[in-house]
Amino acid sequence: MSIFSFPQLSMRFFPIWRRNYMVWQKMAGPSILGHLADPVIYMLGLGYGLGGMLPQIGGMSYIAFLSAGTVCYSTMNSASFEALYSGFARMQEQRTWEAILNTPVTLDDVVLSEITWSASKSLLSGMAVLMVIWVLGLSHSVLSLWVIPLSLLVGLCFAATGLIVTALAPGYEFFMYYFTLVITPMTLLCGVFFPIEELPIALQGVSAALPLTHAVSLARPLLNGAIPKHVATDIAVLLAYAFAGFYISLVIFRKRLAQ
Amino acid sequence: MNSVIVAENIVKLYGGQRVVDGISLEVSRGECFGLLGPNGAGKTTTLRMLLGLIAPDGGNISMLGHPVPAAAREARIRVGVVPQMDNLDPDFTVSENLIVYGRYFGMRDDEIRARLPGLLEFANLAHKKDAKVPALSGGMKRRLTLARALVNDPDLIFLDEPTTGLDPQARHLIWQRLRELTARGKTLLLTTHFMDEAERLCHRLAVMDNGRIISLGTPRELIAGNIEPQVVEVYGEAASNWARAHAANHAERFEVSGESVFCYVNDAKDLLHELQQHPELSYVHRPANLEDVFLKLTGREMRE
Repeated sequence: MSIFSFPQLSMRFFPIWRRNYMVWQKMAGPSILGHLADPVIYMLGLGYGLGGMLPQIGGMSYIAFLSAGTVCYSTMNSASFEALYSGFARMQEQRTWEAILNTPVTLDDVVLSEITWSASKSLLSGMAVLMVIWVLGLSHSVLSLWVIPLSLLVGLCFAATGLIVTALAPGYEFFMYYFTLVITPMTLLCGVFFPIEELPIALQGVSAALPLTHAVSLARPLLNGAIPKHVATDIAVLLAYAFAGFYISLVIFRKRLAQ
Repeated sequence: MNSVIVAENIVKLYGGQRVVDGISLEVSRGECFGLLGPNGAGKTTTLRMLLGLIAPDGGNISMLGHPVPAAAREARIRVGVVPQMDNLDPDFTVSENLIVYGRYFGMRDDEIRARLPGLLEFANLAHKKDAKVPALSGGMKRRLTLARALVNDPDLIFLDEPTTGLDPQARHLIWQRLRELTARGKTLLLTTHFMDEAERLCHRLAVMDNGRIISLGTPRELIAGNIEPQVVEVYGEAASNWARAHAANHAERFEVSGESVFCYVNDAKDLLHELQQHPELSYVHRPANLEDVFLKLTGREMRE
């Protein structure tokens, strides 16, 4: 079997997912608080503070506009932090992967478990923000329920791409590059805080290639009670990032762990 | 099928260097087989290849009748591993560690729970079953790692330096448990650089250096085949001068190491008589052991 072999998927990833869930259960309180506090502060602070000075955007209040962006960037962050920091701890520091790989479980299963687990954290984060949106009365549409599966998809996308960075990382410090050079610019270029149309044309092109743009482009109409315009394209881009991230990270992990 | 592991001429290259350079070995059912060697001899790399965790660059391996690495996953269903460094789950209790690990073998929770009391008793950890891992001593962690390696009731158990870093009491308890496992018909393959451990536990040993097996046999065979049966160690400031002048006349072979002289003899009578004429020297007369063989085969210089 070459390091470039296509991933062999099996249900053997599930006991590892359950292991991560058991660890999470032990600190569920602080974890859920974290998923809620950050987006609530952003939405209240920016949404009301900044929103008070702004006119409506595309027929909605600024805080309603911002809430769709917040769902997406929160789910992106949840998966990214889990796949980078916690994933690296499981691989390197705690040697959890080493213990698991001595059993009849393969690296392909382990990487799949990391992606699905990180995406599960995104799902939780997405649901937490959606609850806040409902409580604040920012969305009244049944379509907003589609944000739940969307959170999972966004999670799969950013978990898989984040794992490429984990696979390459010599240590935790390395992750600053990813957050500073990829995640932060993505947050500012993908329509979370303001419409992409406000950007210079060249940057709009960059924005169109970034996955978060497509997440926001789905979430915003759904929360506003409308069907998104480019459903197929948006989903295809998110899935493409997820599959490419899975395959590329797996190849690098295979090479790394063969040492 | 009496051979549990068969390795034929396996090779592993790292950056052009032959870390494992053509190793062949066969381990039979119920045997405790030891891989002995200084640091960097290639023991752990050999172990990882046998387990199918890394692919050899040459040679053939079969484990429990399965070709490795092609069907390593199937073979590992019947294998337990005690790694060199602890990798227990620090967030879990003793029992949770065993349950979670059993699930990786596809075992149902009720199957694992049925095995828990026996495993905890074997590891002397019944009283600690709800303790979290960071609260355990080094010896307890090793025992838990051993119990975890047995959760799937394996036929073959790999142990990579199972007692490194443990105090004498903890080591003796591990040794006792490992002997119980061989008595139950389990096959053990262990690496160690403790000669007393190898001599006590292993039915057969392979001494490795520079990626090759340089000697293979039972502990007695290794001693008889490589070295004179008696050793006289001579100490003191005058020892090296005495050795240069006289040792060759009374011993088949001798080595000077700092202020000690190791004399290897078939019959010590003449040498002991000579030493009695030199009250300034102190000496110990003892049978040759595995450590003497090891140092003869791999040299006295430090490996770092």
